[in-house]
Amino acid sequence: MTVTERLLLLGLLTAVPFAAAAQDVDNITAAYSEDGRYFTEDDVPTYNIREDGTVDWPTYSGFRRYHSECYVCHGPEGEGSSYAPALKVSAIDMDYYDFLDVVANGRTKVTASQNLVMPAFGENPNVMCFLNDIYVYLKARGTDAVPRGRPGKRDMKSEAIREDENACLGD
Amino acid sequence: MKKILLLISGIALCAASMAVANDDLVAKMDDPKQWAIQTGDYKNQRYSELDEINADNVGGLQVAWTFSTGVLRGHEGSPLVIGDTMYVHTPFPNIVYALDLANDGKILWKYEPKQDPDVIPVMCCDTVNRGVAYGDGKIFLHQADTKVVALDAKTGEVVWEVQNGDASKGETNTATVLPIKDKVIVGISGGEFGVRGSITAYDMASGELAWRAYSTGPDSDILMDPEKTTHLGKPVGADSGTNTWEGDQWKIGGGTTWGWYSVDLDENLMYYGTGNPSTWNPTQRPGDNRWSMTIMARDIDTGMAKWVYQMTPHDEWDYDGVNEMILTEQEFDGKQRKLLTHFDRNGLGYTLDRVSGELLVAEKFDPAVNWTTGVDMDPKSSTYGRPAVVAQYSTEQNGEDVNSTGICPAALGSKDQQPAAYSPKTELMYVPTNHVCMDYEPFRVSYIAGQPYVGATLSMYPAPDSHGGMGNFIAWDNITGTIKWSLPEQFSVWSGPLATAGDVVFYGTLEGYLKAVNAETGEELYKFKTPSGIIGNVMTYEFDGKQYIGILSGVGGWAGIGLAAGLTNPSDGLGAVGGYAALSDYTALGGQLTVFALPN
Repeated sequence: MTVTERLLLLGLLTAVPFAAAAQDVDNITAAYSEDGRYFTEDDVPTYNIREDGTVDWPTYSGFRRYHSECYVCHGPEGEGSSYAPALKVSAIDMDYYDFLDVVANGRTKVTASQNLVMPAFGENPNVMCFLNDIYVYLKARGTDAVPRGRPGKRDMKSEAIREDENACLGD
Repeated sequence: MKKILLLISGIALCAASMAVANDDLVAKMDDPKQWAIQTGDYKNQRYSELDEINADNVGGLQVAWTFSTGVLRGHEGSPLVIGDTMYVHTPFPNIVYALDLANDGKILWKYEPKQDPDVIPVMCCDTVNRGVAYGDGKIFLHQADTKVVALDAKTGEVVWEVQNGDASKGETNTATVLPIKDKVIVGISGGEFGVRGSITAYDMASGELAWRAYSTGPDSDILMDPEKTTHLGKPVGADSGTNTWEGDQWKIGGGTTWGWYSVDLDENLMYYGTGNPSTWNPTQRPGDNRWSMTIMARDIDTGMAKWVYQMTPHDEWDYDGVNEMILTEQEFDGKQRKLLTHFDRNGLGYTLDRVSGELLVAEKFDPAVNWTTGVDMDPKSSTYGRPAVVAQYSTEQNGEDVNSTGICPAALGSKDQQPAAYSPKTELMYVPTNHVCMDYEPFRVSYIAGQPYVGATLSMYPAPDSHGGMGNFIAWDNITGTIKWSLPEQFSVWSGPLATAGDVVFYGTLEGYLKAVNAETGEELYKFKTPSGIIGNVMTYEFDGKQYIGILSGVGGWAGIGLAAGLTNPSDGLGAVGGYAALSDYTALGGQLTVFALPN
């Protein structure tokens, strides 16, 4: 079973992207939560910061995974580097499903003036099993809901999240 | 019978012409008017006898001419000058230009290889390339996709090419090659992709593979003799490249070889260092992980290792050991000795006897270094040669999923590949350094061929309780292991300096300045801001009776990752904002060569 198939089975990815114009809907505000994960009204994953600054587990997990898998090209905290775009901006500007598509399948822009190549991570469990975490972390960075640096207080990892991670990683 | 005789004399002739080819390269390296190899010479001293530009007149330096490379990403390495021709290289797509110095830098030929752009994202830390090499009338280019190409130095036509690695497995190249005797010796990158490191010798005339020495694996692969190859004076023993790994982990164990190589022709030895063991999560790979993080001395003809020294057994911080080995002849303890000096990513400056591999000095070259209290220098001790690890900063002892904070240096090391220089006049080493610390949290990852294999989260920031900058340019005494002077820099110094007989040391900065300082005192004598940040190395040559200084600008590389956006400030506390001075406030992308001279 491929990573993507495992994710679909777990319901961590939606199989058929439905076309919602990102700019028309609130893509940030959490409308409901499930097992420690937060979602917008349109069922798109999002972050949740409580009044005392405690971040949800997926946002914290996204901080860790981002700085392992994405950081060497995209710079610290989604800020971008001298040769790769700032993902804290992409996570806000791009539709969720387009974002997933680029991470899973890659994208190439090679012209006379630039050589931008995003590799396909679709078969990489270190990325795909934590893609929603990375996505919500970057959204939180994009709105400055989470400042630069390591998030301080955070929720504990829920049992459901733990089980899903293990199933996805195939441990 | 006649045929055999002819064949034999043919071989003899061929061998003779190769010896001449190497003599020719040595003669060119000895001629200060040329810059015949990236490292200045086989000793990696980056020193020039030219002294027209000196400490008294360097203040009047002016730009003589410039050349745009047409490429935007990080420009490491430097041009070569062979006779009247300058050879300029670029990062991916790895263009090579031959410029006619007698004709205002007119382009004699240009070579641009065709490479699959899929190699770009599997290069850790930008698509840099540290330059071409020359030997036997050929220019050697080692492309990003690990193809090694020999070009006719006069015409730019391909003489031979050979594929050294497989980019689809994350095997890439950023380094130059070492032309030596009848061979071209090349390395490999990809420690963050679980690549198994090696160096490979190809025949200079044909490109045929002569030998390959892996960093990890069975004795027959690592070219070590269990009895004759020594580690700190003792035989390495059988299976040293497998018995310090769990199971088959050595197959994806890293120990890549992307640094600078040096040579002692009299000893017939070449020297280089190996990189970090994969992954960055130490708990996942128990053992000393030999021979990652190791200084290697190998026979040039056979590749057999004479001696090795593993500096950081079982790395816990990504302190690659690939930095250059600088060879000198100096007095040590009243005796004239053949020395090797190495500034490691781990923050220690090592001096060894390069014939025997005996460890003579191991001292911190940045006072901020805190992960170790020092190296055990007692040959009788059971931990001889090992660094004593401070528990607080041990990412292994703190364990997986624990964030170890305040570790100095950061993963990019107190110094990365940017090579140091040595002046025989002052007997000082001039070292470009990083003054950066980090938090490091390792966690479990899975290996997939061709995908990143990292397994740690890092945050980096300027060394606390210091001058607030992220770099220093220092003068180092390699005999006593002490800093003679240290110049604070706002950003890491990511440029290889040049020392000259004119008592001047040149280096570049990430903001884009070319600086000249007094070799004795460090006093700043000159600076000029070039169009982009400098991560290239300073070179010099003489043409038509005049001395020139050349430097590539073009910010990027490892430095372009964190510094472009600025690093965070730990003293603001957990999770606090700390937009540190961002390099993007000072410079932008752009590859350009700037050449300086004194006014007529």
